[in-house]
Amino acid sequence: MIFTDVSHWLSDSSHWHGQDGILLHLKQHLQYSLIALLIAAVIALPLGLLIGHTRKGSFVVVAIANSFRALPTVGMLTFFYILISPHIHGTGTASYFIPSEIVLVLLAIPSILTNTYAGIENVDPAVRDAATGMGMRGGQVLWRVELPNALPLIFSGVRSSFLQVIATATVTAYVGLGGLGRFLIDGLSQQDYPQMASGAVLVAALALLVDLLLAVIQRYAVSRGVTGRFSRKRVIDAETEHTLPTVQAAA
Amino acid sequence: MISYFQHNQSQIMSWLGWHARLSAIPLVFGLIISLPLGWFARRYRWAYPPVVSIAGLLYTIPSLALFIVLPGLLKTKILDPNNVIVALTIYTVALLVRVVADGLAEVPDDVQQAATAMGYRSFGRLIKVELPIAVPVIGAGLRVAAVSNVSLVSVSALIGVPELGKLFTNGFQLAYQTPILIGIILSVLLALAFDVVIQIITRALTPWRRAVQPA
Repeated sequence: MIFTDVSHWLSDSSHWHGQDGILLHLKQHLQYSLIALLIAAVIALPLGLLIGHTRKGSFVVVAIANSFRALPTVGMLTFFYILISPHIHGTGTASYFIPSEIVLVLLAIPSILTNTYAGIENVDPAVRDAATGMGMRGGQVLWRVELPNALPLIFSGVRSSFLQVIATATVTAYVGLGGLGRFLIDGLSQQDYPQMASGAVLVAALALLVDLLLAVIQRYAVSRGVTGRFSRKRVIDAETEHTLPTVQAAA
Repeated sequence: MISYFQHNQSQIMSWLGWHARLSAIPLVFGLIISLPLGWFARRYRWAYPPVVSIAGLLYTIPSLALFIVLPGLLKTKILDPNNVIVALTIYTVALLVRVVADGLAEVPDDVQQAATAMGYRSFGRLIKVELPIAVPVIGAGLRVAAVSNVSLVSVSALIGVPELGKLFTNGFQLAYQTPILIGIILSVLLALAFDVVIQIITRALTPWRRAVQPA
């Protein structure tokens, strides 16, 4: 039975500590995911803000970002691994760390980019005009008006990116990277189903917890003026309108 | 690359066929399940938040994890392609339920009232008026689901299910770039093919849009 398998495996304290322990792999999993998310955010956020604010180049960027989604994750991972790892000499984890991070970053960019751009672009033109009418300059309009208004959508982009990165960081165990995916991949090669199933449950639990945490952060980070003190309906509409760009392959 | 393809043509084509089946069947099942669920979430307002949030939670489960847990729950073998079909059906439903509910919600009130005035009862109105109007939205959701399915299917190669992902695992084991590139190209082409087919079906089901919007 899968439930007893998993609870037995998880209740064994020797599985939690040490070199192959859950705690270390959990830490690595979060580390690799956060690094990828940060790099992706540094690339995608400014680009999204720029495109949304100037309304230039949106078509090209969105088309490229969307076509990225059709690329199979495992294919990208093995492709970059074989491309890069022979050129990395020396010791350590770099030979699989670098290709894995590249794939994770490439996966994380589209959601953040398209949601940032769409969030800025969809700010009510009347609000933008009012800001200009009050004497704000372009930069001020962006930082003080467009960005706070776009925050819910930007957040949901970051959320789906992070979830996808966490899911894909499981797959990167295949080329040798640490993280919770190790239990799935190693359990498979050792024909150890309890280990695999426990790893799977842990990854799913991690994804759910992170999503919950981000939802809570979003609740406090987004201005109450945007989320509904004045008009609840507009926010809900904006969210439903962007169901399609927001949803993402779970990888 | 071409010679590799020619040498392994029958094998690659059989993987391609499996890949197409493993991505297409969940789309059909997912749509069949999502239509009543989405209708339900739209019809009864209290049902919308829980349905949408459960769908969102299902979507957060990493696919590799689902591929591995399902055999334990369904008592299937780990290599059984049905696990992939069930897993991807879950993702498709998770994605489409909300799309169906929102698509039905976008049917204008005056259209509904006109249909009622013409004598449609709720079921007939749903089938003949509301669903057809929601087709473009549902079609857009299906396109997203199709692209995501094609990409997710290849993950199942890690546990040994035969499909295009095998080209990736083989290439990885042999440290050989060619099969990987062929796999990526075929998988993108397959996603593109699904996209085109869904667009054609959407277009065929909504002839009135062409009359109104010459695009």
